[in-house]
Amino acid sequence: MIFFRARKQELMAAAIKQSMADAGLAAVRAQNTGGESSENIATAIVGRSLMQDARRRLYANKAAVVSLLVLAVLIVVAFAAPLFIPFNYEDPDWAAFRAPPSLATGHYFGTDQNGRDLLARTLFGTQVSLVVALIATLVSVFIGVSYGAIAGFMGGRIDQAMMRFVDVMYALPYILFVILLMVIFGRNVFLLFAAIGALEWLTMARIVRGQTLSIKQREYIEAARAAGVSNRTIIFRHIVPNLLGPVVIYATLTIPEIIVVESFLSYLGFGIQEPLTSLGTLIAEGADVLEVLPWLLWFPASFLITLLLSLLFIGDGLRDAFDTRDQ
Amino acid sequence: MLSFALKRLLTTIPVLWIAITACFFILRLAPGGPFDGERPLPEAVKRNLEAHYNLDKSLIEQYFIYLGNLLQGDLGPSFINQDFSVSEQLLIGLPYTLIVGGLAFALSIIVGVLAGIAGSLYRNRLPDVALGAFILAGLVIPNFLVAPILQLVFGLQLKWLPVGGWGEGAVTHLVLPVTVLALPHVARISRLTRGAMIEVMHSNYIRTARSKGLSDMRLLMRHAIKPALTPVVSYLGPAASYLLTGSLVVETIFGLPGIGRYFINAALNRDYGMVLGTVVFYMLLIIVLNLIVDIVYAWLDPRVRH
Repeated sequence: MIFFRARKQELMAAAIKQSMADAGLAAVRAQNTGGESSENIATAIVGRSLMQDARRRLYANKAAVVSLLVLAVLIVVAFAAPLFIPFNYEDPDWAAFRAPPSLATGHYFGTDQNGRDLLARTLFGTQVSLVVALIATLVSVFIGVSYGAIAGFMGGRIDQAMMRFVDVMYALPYILFVILLMVIFGRNVFLLFAAIGALEWLTMARIVRGQTLSIKQREYIEAARAAGVSNRTIIFRHIVPNLLGPVVIYATLTIPEIIVVESFLSYLGFGIQEPLTSLGTLIAEGADVLEVLPWLLWFPASFLITLLLSLLFIGDGLRDAFDTRDQ
Repeated sequence: MLSFALKRLLTTIPVLWIAITACFFILRLAPGGPFDGERPLPEAVKRNLEAHYNLDKSLIEQYFIYLGNLLQGDLGPSFINQDFSVSEQLLIGLPYTLIVGGLAFALSIIVGVLAGIAGSLYRNRLPDVALGAFILAGLVIPNFLVAPILQLVFGLQLKWLPVGGWGEGAVTHLVLPVTVLALPHVARISRLTRGAMIEVMHSNYIRTARSKGLSDMRLLMRHAIKPALTPVVSYLGPAASYLLTGSLVVETIFGLPGIGRYFINAALNRDYGMVLGTVVFYMLLIIVLNLIVDIVYAWLDPRVRH
């Protein structure tokens, strides 16, 4: 099957070469191939990298593609739409307190008890939740990858001690530590990012360690060591870049987790504080008045769930796309 | 088996010690003392208070006093609610948390395992598809969203169940909190069970058992269920700690007088003593639960012991 496809592409490449030569498009050819010999056209087309394969499989996954679109729309709307709304997230509209959603007043999502436009607040909350999740994920990726790669590369006692520490941390309810930190250092948004990220790296460290253990057996690592490259350079130059696939997948799955944690903390009153808002804070406010002002819960809640669902499907799709075991 | 349990017990002690030490010193980094109120206390009163709570001693001395008290079950004083020590408050709250948490734990195991088995047996048919949708919902919808919705539907509109409160432990008061607490774990456990069951049912020894003519029921009960449950058991340790975190939300939303609520209130009021005590107590609880789970796991799967 693959043989046939490769053969077909070879033929096609040959045909392209032929037609280009016929038309005398030497200049175009030089541009397309970077000035190298035209032989490279054939090899460039025939070879399919892991990335291309993965992308093809990802695009074949309908749930993941739809989720990618939904997520893209959500991000664009969350960041661009506030520019076109005549209300901002913190100023009350004195003419409309607790107004239900309506097209006539321009409050499409209604207003809250202080007369603030819910659409503006929901979009702003989505922005905050996304930014928190992104920063916290980056922190967790940084710590998890460094820790896991070092543990996996060092091996032996160091590895055992480091992974034992991860096991220990796993057993402890880390939300308590986050709350503890919030109590001590005040409710600082940046601390919130860092604290969540600094505590969400455990699974990442485990995955990276496992991958590192297998990568470090490869010949090119041996070659690097034979050439006298230092451990540090081997880890960060040769091992970490090859961990990209699993790291990206797991990071995608970490983002929704962090969004939930942030909402959870905000819900309990330890997260984002007024006048800033996040989806969790909005849901907490809406839940209190669910019976009388139901829209205050439904809109932020549907944003949150859409966000979580699409991230979950994308993460799953990526995992399936990179996981070649099923092939 | 016994030596495994003992070894496991010994490894938990340094873990607990490190965690307690970390919490103690982190809390001492906190700016401001417990008696920095809006109205400054007279110098003499403040000195007496500090002497009473050993705050005039050096940090190291305080640390050892704290550890010593801890060994005797004294989690220290509460700085806001001064009539009760931390241990006393936790003992008052503990039964509520344990009842709700324990019921949720049992419910998630029973329903999760049954649903997972059903899903694997009716793979890709209606029960399995319904289960898949439920699992997805359970994983995605956070409990602080499920709780108010259930309160609205069953409490305010249908008026079948009370919206909150302990109600002398009446069953009707327990239904909603236990359900909300259990839902995500039902979802996770059924997913784990389903996956493991499908894998087990495809293994060679099941084919052998089937070919010698065992009935489906016997095949399931005698051969398939035990190996399929090992991933579930290994999930129970983390589940216990997730249940505790979940109980923070559930107790707050449903107004239950458990320790989760004490913890949240203490944290919101910056009652450092109470926060430290509760975190230490939670860790103790989690570590003991994990110990039990590990021992059960080793008993189920002898390979773990070596």
